[in-house]
Amino acid sequence: MEQHSHGAGVPLQIRSERPKSTKVADFEPITIRDEQWRYLPVERLKGLEADALSEYLGDLQFEGGNSITTEWIGSDHALFGAAGTPEDRTSAASWESTDAAYLISVPAGPEEHAVLTVNSDDLTPSALHIVIESKLHAKGTVVIDHRGKGVLAENLEIVVGDESDLTVISIQDWKAGSVHTSAQFAKLGRNSHLKHVIVSFGGDTVRVTPSVSFSGPGAAVDLFGVYFADADQHLEHRPFVDHSQPNCTSRVTYKGALQGNKAHTVWVGDVLIRKEAEGTDTYELNRNLLLTDGARADSVPNLEIETGQIEGAGHASASGRFDDEHLFYLQARGINELEARRLVVKGFLNEIVQQIGIESIEDRLNKSIEEELKRSVK
Amino acid sequence: MATLEIKNLHVTVETEQGTKEILKGVDLVIRSGETHAIMGPNGSGKSTLAYSIAGHPKYTVTQGEILLDGENVLEMSVDERARAGVFLAMQYPVEIPGVSVSNFLRTAKTAIDGEAPALRGWIQEVRGAMDALKMDSTFTERNVNEGFSGGEKKRHEILQMELLKPKFAVLDETDSGLDVDALKIVSEGVNRVKAATGMGVLLITHYTRILNYIKPDFVHVFVAGKIAEEGGPELAERLEAEGYDRYVNA
Ligand SMILES: Nc1ncnc2c1ncn2[C@@H]1O[C@H](COP(=O)(O)OP(=O)(O)O)[C@@H](O)[C@H]1O
Ligand SMILES: [Mg+2]
Repeated sequence: MEQHSHGAGVPLQIRSERPKSTKVADFEPITIRDEQWRYLPVERLKGLEADALSEYLGDLQFEGGNSITTEWIGSDHALFGAAGTPEDRTSAASWESTDAAYLISVPAGPEEHAVLTVNSDDLTPSALHIVIESKLHAKGTVVIDHRGKGVLAENLEIVVGDESDLTVISIQDWKAGSVHTSAQFAKLGRNSHLKHVIVSFGGDTVRVTPSVSFSGPGAAVDLFGVYFADADQHLEHRPFVDHSQPNCTSRVTYKGALQGNKAHTVWVGDVLIRKEAEGTDTYELNRNLLLTDGARADSVPNLEIETGQIEGAGHASASGRFDDEHLFYLQARGINELEARRLVVKGFLNEIVQQIGIESIEDRLNKSIEEELKRSVK
Repeated sequence: MATLEIKNLHVTVETEQGTKEILKGVDLVIRSGETHAIMGPNGSGKSTLAYSIAGHPKYTVTQGEILLDGENVLEMSVDERARAGVFLAMQYPVEIPGVSVSNFLRTAKTAIDGEAPALRGWIQEVRGAMDALKMDSTFTERNVNEGFSGGEKKRHEILQMELLKPKFAVLDETDSGLDVDALKIVSEGVNRVKAATGMGVLLITHYTRILNYIKPDFVHVFVAGKIAEEGGPELAERLEAEGYDRYVNA
């Protein structure tokens, strides 16, 4: 296993000093000299670097239980912007290019789950704004399933009500040619819990930036991510947890597999514990499994701590080659190479996949993993 | 009746100092029902022999043959060898995160038999074998070798052997790191499988202790990549008394 290192050249930026704005003009043009974009050449954005984007016109298909409701809200609505403010240029461009957001509300009552399928079929650089809210005492799951072909800059706000327990799963399963930047903001209310699961498999370029903040004490967030990058794919995840309230907990766990030439994944995990966030307990972890030569995983954990009064804070990051000894052990029991790889990779990713808790989605992911692996083994 | 033949086996491994020959002409014939003990000092190449039989990619056969009932084993992939009936109980079994023992055992059984075992009978068979090896039933829910103690790892190897029923089992220092109770349980397991299936056993060990429980038909003293002397069980007794010095300093 190779331990992480902070690459030379681009200075790390203190998280609390980063610009936040809903205006594109407040951000510098995108270049790899900017820490936030250092791994992502602007050419890969296929038009999302523009100042203005078209409003998303593809399909939005909602399937929910009886109580989870949806509606379009204007940018003057109290929930528009309630979870966060853009921290990068594509997020701001998306913000400025949308004057309405698709709101999904999870009320208190029986636990239900809902799926919003974002199914696009054209490559016009587009903007979409989605807001998910869970009300006081609510418990439920919302899946945002991105598929089809698209070039999409998205803002996804997650407003987690006091004492509520919300699960949000964002699947990026785009067809080749697609580009997706998704700024995801979560704001957690008092004693609430958010489980946030990112699943990134398909798309030429996918960049998800989940940013978590707290509006009350005693909340807990679990951020999970699982990704599988093939040749020439760029999958980037930058979870950020901003601890500004006392006695909150965060756990960040991302795992990825890579195979093929120029398969590239990036994970930058930031945790900031502000002075007022006494009693914080945080741990972040990223592991990558490199299945072939020519793939590259960048993994950078950052922890900034401004108070000594914390419960715990730690991080771990490691990227390793596929272990031949694993393969040998399984093959020595009669299991052929494809099956052996399948077992090892599924085993490795399973820690995250099993967090999803919705069987049909878990099955679909396991199938995708198998499809991916068939491509790499003879 | 099956035969595993090793003829003039030379094996090299790549090291930082270049290619190193470890096995320097090993000859050995094992038939069904026979137990051969390979005894030798550390570093003499015992594990290299075991890995070469199983087909570990790190080891290159430069000369010689391995034949299973006349079939060229060296042309087979690792999994083909296992399906042909060769089993290696490893000295250092590796952990496989996220893969449960039950999933692993079922997948291996299916691979070896060419069809999935009938579920009900299989569960009973696994449970029975685990009981016999005094393994807790919650074991199957754990990930392969993850957090297993040394003794648990070795029992798990014997469990696999019991369930996969090979023609030939190579046991690489299965006795090392076991206390007397565990050694007995593991040895009984080997004897049980041998009695039930008539498999041939290549028992690799550094110490004579396990030979009190598993009676060898033949003893081979292994030194510097070769068999230095062969004999019956009495040879083991002599090694017990004299150690390997006589061979190493020869
Ligand atoms: N993969 C390897 N790389 C380098 N040297 C090896 C490797 N495997 C074995 N050796 C060397 O070969 C010799 C025999 O090793 P081994 O077969 O493990 O002996 P034994 O099992 O008898 O203790 C030792 O000197 C060991 O260092
Ligand atoms: Mg050894």
